[in-house]
Amino acid sequence: MSTTSHAAGSEHDSQGHHGFSHPMPVWQLLAVFAALIVLTALTVFQSKFDLGNLEVWLSLFIATVKASLVILFFMHMIHDKPLNVIVFMGSFIFVALFLGFVLMDAHGYKDVVEPQEAPPAATTP
Amino acid sequence: MSATEVLDAPHHAEHGEHHHNPFQAHHFDDPEQQYDAGKLGIWLFLVTEVLFFSGMFCAYAMYRSLHPEVWEFSSRFLNPTLGAFNTGVLLFSSLTMAWGVRCAQLRQAKGLAICLTLTLGCASIFLGVKAIEYSHKWDLGLLPASMYTIQSTVTEHHEGISKWLVIFSIIPALCLAGFVGWWVWAWSNNKKAIADIAGPFAITAACYFLGVLFGMFFESGGDKEAHGPMAAVAHATVAHDSHEAHDEHATVGGSAGGHGTANAADASVDKPGGAGLFFSIYYCMTGVHALHIIGGMVVLAWLLVRATKNHFNEEYFGPVDYVGLYWHLVDLIWIYLFPLLYLIT
Repeated sequence: MSTTSHAAGSEHDSQGHHGFSHPMPVWQLLAVFAALIVLTALTVFQSKFDLGNLEVWLSLFIATVKASLVILFFMHMIHDKPLNVIVFMGSFIFVALFLGFVLMDAHGYKDVVEPQEAPPAATTP
Repeated sequence: MSATEVLDAPHHAEHGEHHHNPFQAHHFDDPEQQYDAGKLGIWLFLVTEVLFFSGMFCAYAMYRSLHPEVWEFSSRFLNPTLGAFNTGVLLFSSLTMAWGVRCAQLRQAKGLAICLTLTLGCASIFLGVKAIEYSHKWDLGLLPASMYTIQSTVTEHHEGISKWLVIFSIIPALCLAGFVGWWVWAWSNNKKAIADIAGPFAITAACYFLGVLFGMFFESGGDKEAHGPMAAVAHATVAHDSHEAHDEHATVGGSAGGHGTANAADASVDKPGGAGLFFSIYYCMTGVHALHIIGGMVVLAWLLVRATKNHFNEEYFGPVDYVGLYWHLVDLIWIYLFPLLYLIT
C-alpha cells in the first residue's frame, strides 16, 4: 500500500491477513461439537431414571449448558462486541420476566380456577 | 462518494482492485463498519425470534405446570430415538455451518460450498425424520385440540406407507427430480458453474428421502417400546365402548363421576385441554421450528450460489456469518425442545 492510503486501510493491514475476522480453529469447532453430542447422550441417559421434580430442572440445566456452548463458540459471542452481547442476552431477561410473571399469575389463581374445572357440572351455565 | 475517494481518485482504482470489496455499500466507511452494522441487525432479529418463541415456551410451561400428568401421558407417543437422532443431525449442521463461516473468512470457496451442502443436507434429513414423525402421529389420530382421537379407542396399528407421508414427500420428490434433471443438463452441456449449484441442490433433496429412511428404521425399531405403555393404557379402561360414549358426555359437559375404573390421568388426558392441548402445543412448537428450518434452507441455498461465485473473503463474509447465527439459533431452540417434549418421564 502507498503512504497516501487512508487511516482505516492501514489499520486493517496491521491486523494481518484476516482483517477483522476471527476464524475459529478447527479443533475448537470439533471439540464443541463433541461436547454437544456427549451432553445430548447425557440428557437421554438421565431421562431413563425417575428423578421426580428434579428431572425437568436437570434436563433444562443440560440444555442450557449446550445452548451456552453454541452461543459462545458457534455463534462467536466470545469474540463479539459488548453491545451485541448485551442486546442478545437482554432478550433472555425479558423472557424470564414474561415466563415468571405469567406462571406466577396462573398459579396464584389456581385455587380459584381449578375447583370449577374439577366437577364439570359446575361449569355448565 | 466520500471526500477521500474524490481526492484519491487515481489511487482509488488500484486500491479498489486489492482492497475495496465490490459488495461494500457506499454509505459505509469500510468493510468492518458494514459488517458490524449487519451483525447488530442480525442480533436484533434473533432477539425478536427468541421473544417470539418464548410465547410458545410460555404456553408450554403454563399447561405443563397445571397438568403434569397429561404431559407425562402424551409424551409417551413421541419417539425419543427419533428426537435424539434429529438433535444429533442439527448439532452436526451447526458444526458445518460454523466451519463454513471459517471457510468464508479464509477464502476457501470450495470448502464453504461443501460445508453449506452438508448443512443443507442435514436440514433435509431433519425434515425427512419430522415427516415420518408427523405422518405416524396423524395415522394414530394424535392430532391437535379437538381433532385428537382418544387413544384407548385406537386399536389397530397402521401398516404400510402413510398417505400423509406421501403428501409430505410430493414437494421433495419434485425438487429431487428437478434438481437432478438440472444437474444432468448442466453436466451434459459442460456448464460447470451451474452443475456446481445443481449438484448440491440435488443432494439436499435426496437427503430428505435419506431422513425418511432413517425415520422409518427408527420408528419401526421404537414401535415396541412406544406401543407398550399405549396398550397398557388401552387395557386400563375396562370397556372401550362405554368409555367412548362416556367421553362424549364429558365433552358436552356431563358428569365424570361414573368413570371409576380409569385413573385420574386417563380422565384428564381425554378431556378438552388434555392430550389434545399437548399435541396443539407440540405441533405449534415443532411446526414453527420446522418452518424456520425451511426458511434457513432458502437462505443457505442463496449462500451456496454466492459461494460458487467466489463472493466471500476475509473482509466480506457477513452474509455467511449472519445466516450462521440464525441457523445456530434454530438449533438452540431445538436443544430446548428435545428434552422438554420427548424426554418427559
